[in-house]
Amino acid sequence: MATGILKRAIPIARGLAPSQSAARLLLARCHASETQAQQVEPKAKPAASLKTFSIYRWTPDNPSKPELQDFQIDLKECGPMVLDALIKIKNEIDPSLTFRRSCREGICGSCAMNIDGCNGLACLTKISDGAASTITPLPHMFVIKDLVVDMTNFYNQYKSIEPWLKRKSPSPTPGKEIPQSKKDRAKLDGMYECILCACCSTSCPSYWWNPESYLGPAALLHANRWIVDSRDEFTKERLDAINDEFKLYRCHTILNCARACPKGLNPGKQIINIKQLQLAK
Amino acid sequence: MGGASAPRRLSGMQKQVLALYRGFLRATRSKSPDDRHRIESIVSSEFRRGARQVDRKNFLYIEYLLRRGKKQLDQLKSPDTTGLSSLHFVPPSQSMGSRK
Repeated sequence: MATGILKRAIPIARGLAPSQSAARLLLARCHASETQAQQVEPKAKPAASLKTFSIYRWTPDNPSKPELQDFQIDLKECGPMVLDALIKIKNEIDPSLTFRRSCREGICGSCAMNIDGCNGLACLTKISDGAASTITPLPHMFVIKDLVVDMTNFYNQYKSIEPWLKRKSPSPTPGKEIPQSKKDRAKLDGMYECILCACCSTSCPSYWWNPESYLGPAALLHANRWIVDSRDEFTKERLDAINDEFKLYRCHTILNCARACPKGLNPGKQIINIKQLQLAK
Repeated sequence: MGGASAPRRLSGMQKQVLALYRGFLRATRSKSPDDRHRIESIVSSEFRRGARQVDRKNFLYIEYLLRRGKKQLDQLKSPDTTGLSSLHFVPPSQSMGSRK
């Protein structure tokens, strides 16, 4: 529920610059007061609110079947986000629990995982109210250890769309950047924010069945980002490169990607844009 | 397929493991003779250890090792990679796990 509010708050705030900072401030403040309250409360009343986290465990050092391990956490002594709980478990209960994390503010995309059946970033997902939560790695990805998955294929697909500026003519002023109108820049909104966390691709049933041949929502969103870019001069070549029954047209607009995206983006919409450009070509 | 005279048929996974081993041996050809020898001995000991210690029905683990091996082979194929070294650590429970 809380993540839903957060998700919606971001795109709305983007349009109105002044209110954006206000919204951020408000969010930040409410977190701060929450943590402060948590620091004070345990001394005042020791009533613990316990929550069980069932976490997927598998390690190559002990080659047995993967299993869910239960950890009990006192939410009164823990931060509000799932990542806080994971870090607490790693610090205090089981140091062998393995997961990726870095920025803890939804900008690095490292802590993507499946929380209670929904893909999301652990750092942006609030701990739910229920008595138990299940945390598993991203679905249909090869597990390296515990919550760490093998992203090689995902990154190779991103690489295959050539995510860099390609020009045929030299830039208007040599050695300087290529200017772009505000209108052209605005076309990149809703795409440049992608942090490649793989939440969308791994929530897509079509991607589950064809992970090798279908590029997946994340890579296609970035393909569209470069197709739409006014400075890029290889638009036609880019369109031709992905005009493929599998690479592009395995998208059946299921739109799980838009539901999963922790940044509130809509990869499905961008894929539809590519398909329309393919027709107009 | 390949070995018509082989006494027993190999499973798909066994073929994959052998293909990976062959891939490693081929990749070492591009390295200097000294490195080549060292890499070959590490690779061969790693594969033999796996053959000895890993339960042949533990598909999950063997697939994991195959994926890891493929990734390491890709790294080894790059001309920038000159050598391979192994680090052997012994966890308290059992002696498994040597990494690149």
